Amino acid sequence: MNARAQQLLSLADDELILGWRDSEWTGIAPTLEEDVAFSSIAQNEIGHARALYELAAQELGTNADALAFDRAPDEYRCAPLVELHLLEWAHTIARRYLYEEADRVRIAALMRSDDAELAGLAAKIDREETYHRLHAELWAARLRDEPRFRSAVEELWPYALGVLDPELRDELARRVGLEVVPAKERGKHTPALAELWDEMTEVRRSIPGAQW
Amino acid sequence: MVTAEAVWAALDEIPDPEIPVISLVDLGVIRDVTVDGDRVRVEFTPTFLGCPALEVMKRALEDKITSLGAEPEVRVIQDDSWSTDRITVAGREKLREAGFAPPAPRSAGPTTLVQLQSKAFRCPYCGSTETRLENIFGPTPCRSIRWCESCRQPFEQFKTI
Repeated sequence: MNARAQQLLSLADDELILGWRDSEWTGIAPTLEEDVAFSSIAQNEIGHARALYELAAQELGTNADALAFDRAPDEYRCAPLVELHLLEWAHTIARRYLYEEADRVRIAALMRSDDAELAGLAAKIDREETYHRLHAELWAARLRDEPRFRSAVEELWPYALGVLDPELRDELARRVGLEVVPAKERGKHTPALAELWDEMTEVRRSIPGAQW
Repeated sequence: MVTAEAVWAALDEIPDPEIPVISLVDLGVIRDVTVDGDRVRVEFTPTFLGCPALEVMKRALEDKITSLGAEPEVRVIQDDSWSTDRITVAGREKLREAGFAPPAPRSAGPTTLVQLQSKAFRCPYCGSTETRLENIFGPTPCRSIRWCESCRQPFEQFKTI
């Protein structure tokens, strides 16, 4: 697999798996407003994943659904941050905040890329992410002095760094106001991924080749 | 042979799958139409990437062109060429009449919370600007929820992107 396809899959897998995790709040979020917010954000992240998988699929001669659901857990390229099963509000918000900050740095770099197709898609994603960032920033500001939130941010910080290539990490650290530390790198999955994968691909695996 | 004008007119009859008061042409998702013999090429620039109606829109475009006796080729453009500024004046009016507040014009930078909380948003029911942001997110990726203090009703606001 060439470097471009690998990069597209890393981006797409991050968005798909985080979209899946965010959707776990549908129906059980602490308020109705957050139920709507998390469902909508999840839907949009999965839409970004689809667009990125489509670019990767052209490269690899397959289709978006096959890339999203027919690979083995070990073949996914997502960062450990998005895999974690965090059904606890402080950790969930800490992850959303850290992911959006990391994603903002990454998207800005992609928009400057000389790969016109990827730069164009990044610009489109960037416009939509504006609303996810507003949501994350609002919550981060609201919880800033909460010890549970502070400790969740510190706990997830090495994972957040692992979302980005090393050369972009200083910028993330500046934005978040923390020091660069050894990161939880992409490529080594947490046990949470296999569990999520089982559930995510269950219907698709039940009848191979079916058209839904 | 069908003309480009006839294709545009036909595409203007396709309603948006989720907000059927507005056509795909009014929504601004058709970027270009090219007629090449029996082939009609359409450049389709989607709204939000997470919109579940994208496939339905693409199929509706293909079906409409087929019904004109031409062979459709719908190209999906995945760049940032669609923005809410592409919604036509007629389209904005139709949205308002149906109870959806049309999107505010795009500003130079990204939308900020201060903008969303400003008094720039008008209630589509009573016209009051005494409205407040209730939720950035709504029933679809393209909409927010606002509340009108004057007529005390919630309404849906198109997000500016």
